[in-house]
Amino acid sequence: MRLGGRLRHIGRACAGLLAGGLSSSAFAEMRYNFPEPASAGARDIYDIHMLTMRITFVLLLIVYAVICYSLFVHRKSRGAVPDQKFHLGTFGRWAWVMVPVLVLGVDLSIAGSAEKVLHSLWLVPKDKDMLEIKVVGHQWWWEFEYLDQKLTVESRALPPEKAGDLYLRDVDNRLVLPTNTKIRFLHTSADVNHAFWVPELGMKKDAIAGYVTETWATIDREGVFRGQCAELCGTWHARMPIVVEAVSNDRFNTWLAEQHKVAEAAAAEASADKVWSKDDLMERGRNAYNKNCAACHQLDGKGLPPAFPPIVAGLPFPAAPALTKPLEERGFLKDGKVVMGTVASHLDIILHGIAGTAMQPWGQLNNLDVAAITTYERNAWGNDTGDVVQPADVEKARAAQASAAAH
Amino acid sequence: MSTAISLDHHDDHHALPHGWRRWLLSTNHKDIGTLYMIFACVMLFSGGLMAMLIRAELFMPGIQFLQPDLYNNLVTNHALIMVFGAVMPAAAGMANWMIPLMIGAPDMALPRMNNLSFWILVAGGIMLIMSVVVPFLPGGGTPVNTGWTLYPPLSLQVGMSMDLLIFTVHLLGVSSILASINIIVTLFNTRAPGMTLMKMPIFCWAWMVTAFLLILIMPALASGVTMLLFDRHFGTSFFNAAGGGDPVLFQHLFWFFGHPEVYVLLLPSMGIVAHIIPTFARKPLFGYTSMVGAMVSVGAIGMLVWAHHQYTIGMSLAAVTYFMIGTILISIPVGLMIVNFIATMWRGAMTFETPMLFSIAIIVLFTFAGMTGVMLAVIPGDIQYHDSYFVVAHFHYALIPGALFGLYAGTFFWLPKWTGHMYDEKLAKLFFWLTMVGFNLTFFPQHFLGLAGMPRRIVDYNLVFTEFNKMSSLGAFIFGISQILLPIIIIKCIRGGEKASDGVWEASNGLEWTLPSPPPFHSFTEPPVVK
Repeated sequence: MRLGGRLRHIGRACAGLLAGGLSSSAFAEMRYNFPEPASAGARDIYDIHMLTMRITFVLLLIVYAVICYSLFVHRKSRGAVPDQKFHLGTFGRWAWVMVPVLVLGVDLSIAGSAEKVLHSLWLVPKDKDMLEIKVVGHQWWWEFEYLDQKLTVESRALPPEKAGDLYLRDVDNRLVLPTNTKIRFLHTSADVNHAFWVPELGMKKDAIAGYVTETWATIDREGVFRGQCAELCGTWHARMPIVVEAVSNDRFNTWLAEQHKVAEAAAAEASADKVWSKDDLMERGRNAYNKNCAACHQLDGKGLPPAFPPIVAGLPFPAAPALTKPLEERGFLKDGKVVMGTVASHLDIILHGIAGTAMQPWGQLNNLDVAAITTYERNAWGNDTGDVVQPADVEKARAAQASAAAH
Repeated sequence: MSTAISLDHHDDHHALPHGWRRWLLSTNHKDIGTLYMIFACVMLFSGGLMAMLIRAELFMPGIQFLQPDLYNNLVTNHALIMVFGAVMPAAAGMANWMIPLMIGAPDMALPRMNNLSFWILVAGGIMLIMSVVVPFLPGGGTPVNTGWTLYPPLSLQVGMSMDLLIFTVHLLGVSSILASINIIVTLFNTRAPGMTLMKMPIFCWAWMVTAFLLILIMPALASGVTMLLFDRHFGTSFFNAAGGGDPVLFQHLFWFFGHPEVYVLLLPSMGIVAHIIPTFARKPLFGYTSMVGAMVSVGAIGMLVWAHHQYTIGMSLAAVTYFMIGTILISIPVGLMIVNFIATMWRGAMTFETPMLFSIAIIVLFTFAGMTGVMLAVIPGDIQYHDSYFVVAHFHYALIPGALFGLYAGTFFWLPKWTGHMYDEKLAKLFFWLTMVGFNLTFFPQHFLGLAGMPRRIVDYNLVFTEFNKMSSLGAFIFGISQILLPIIIIKCIRGGEKASDGVWEASNGLEWTLPSPPPFHSFTEPPVVK
């Protein structure tokens, strides 16, 4: 952001705080409690939350009333005389029993009602006809796989210009779910820990690499529910919104059919036999790069050193050996500056990532997208190598890797 | 016997150390205590500065001052500096100063080790600062962007600063364990004749439990970060699922340390409050025995419930039920402590000097934190609150009053004893009220932010969270800036002021108040007899 813009922002913020910030219209937006639950589990949680809130509120009132009374009455300036024998009286002798028993009573009543809810939340039903969604956390986007539908939705935060007021709360592809259907969520991660949290559905579960954790919900009303990643997952942790769109069963089936058509068309287009022109690859490459790669390497390809290398050749990249060494070995770094290595190692990095760093494997992208991204990266921002990578080249690279693994 | 002679004529035989030798080579419990507290004060202000940068960034939506990785680094180091740099050393400083005075001992039992544990701490502090600085240097790698929990696999991605942090943790652990051994040995072996364990001042009991906790938990953290180091550099896979390891193992090791650590921060301050309230209520402490029992049981139960920080990792129903019930049960000893404090004030004759004001604030605010603590312990609720701003609000309400304000109260309570001068009461009361307003304005709105769905540790947020964040940041600036009064009051008090009497306060009670203010270089050369 330019300095002028920054100052304008600060100015607006200060004015907002002084004038509008305290007006009722601004306060109308403020929420003091959970958003309205949209599933039975979330409603149970809400009830437990209100129960504990009420109990603690009453306890606080009692404790504060005693303290206030004492502070007012038992002060030296009002001529109070200390009762040196108070701790030897009945309360003094039995407080150590009375207080724990009272507290234990409150504790057990809270724990008792929590226990019932916990059972229904924790034990995921094993019904055969449940809709199963695999939720995979990535740095920094979500992948939702409809397990029985062979359908995958990639969900990324929309840039501020497009999201507007829903900044950091809106995504390009929503997780569409049917209402009144039992849904089982299976959570895992492709890299670091993430956590899936949609307050209206009343669940939060960590997505941990190497683990599959499960939660379940039945959404009982249509609507759009927004959540966020809730486990610190690195640089762009703030940019992992989740948007669930709950629709009726009919609309869900229509949506599924549409998605299948779109997926088929994309698969046909990405077929390895077709030869693409450089201009087409560059155009597709820019879109695919901006969607998949720009979060770390930035729209202008300059990266965010020292964590994320620039892709623009000629820029310096000072970083830890763990990151610079693989880049040097693959011919993408010389004398501390980024250079363009061979197409083969470029494809290798995109398809398989760099182990131990934030660069993840992108093998789930189709051949066309990988070819387009590689072509774009090798020709954009003045890299101008003139290389054109075709889907067939990507197919070959995958096959080579597969045969190497087989040996 | 030669030992008897040297005891009798100690000051005659050796000239008192002075200049740099007095401080660098110090074996005197009061000087080392002072050093600890100066260190803590410096760290408090650097950690506080980081907190204010964080709140400045969160004042409004959008990324204004801090790049996300730098923001995450500040979040991480703010926590580590406050816990290991500010609160623990300050409490250790007070232990050093007060424990020998309270039990009628000439010094700590192991004075040279005392010196060692302080200077290891300083080395750890320097390494901690280096971990913040290193990413700015060429080849420094990414900053520590993991939060203070250092969870892998994210911590495996971090650059060189993570290695510095791992060694920091080792150094701080060694320092705390040495200091704990010293405190335990002192408490067991150098008490004045006639002072049985159950006559020992409550602050000493608080530190006894704390010291045992430290010895039990620090090795768990040290082993966790050592495995992390091996995973990072020596090709092991302790925490890498692809290599047969388990990322969740680290979380268990971390919280086996991390949860009792809360009581390490808390108990010394509770011990301090247990001295202040009787003094200003002019009445003996209510329920001394149950207080000791409560402290021991808080320590014991606290060791058994670590996994309530990890309800969302997918444990079995039986495991989470156990951790839930165990956690809720902690409210029993803690509730007992609070009731004892209130019963001590009840039918007393209270006056409201600054230490008493802070103590009352602790009771009020910490009770509130205990209530949100019970809410968090209940798993169905926690599934919503976990890793939201509600948690941030809860633990700041627990640790700022529960630990920091207790240390402030202790500072004002003992400052006249340490320096021989009364502090400026008017300025101290101003400090108290500014601190209260700032603190509550900062953290109360964060409860609402969490309930509305704002995750913690995010650098940027949606517009719906703006108003409460603005309030919170505004409070943080008031809170932060008002803390400058603290060193001003202390320095003013060291330089001069009304002469403090031996007893200082009207109803002060205990061996420490029988010595002159300030106490002589060697506290008790003749052991006092306790009846």
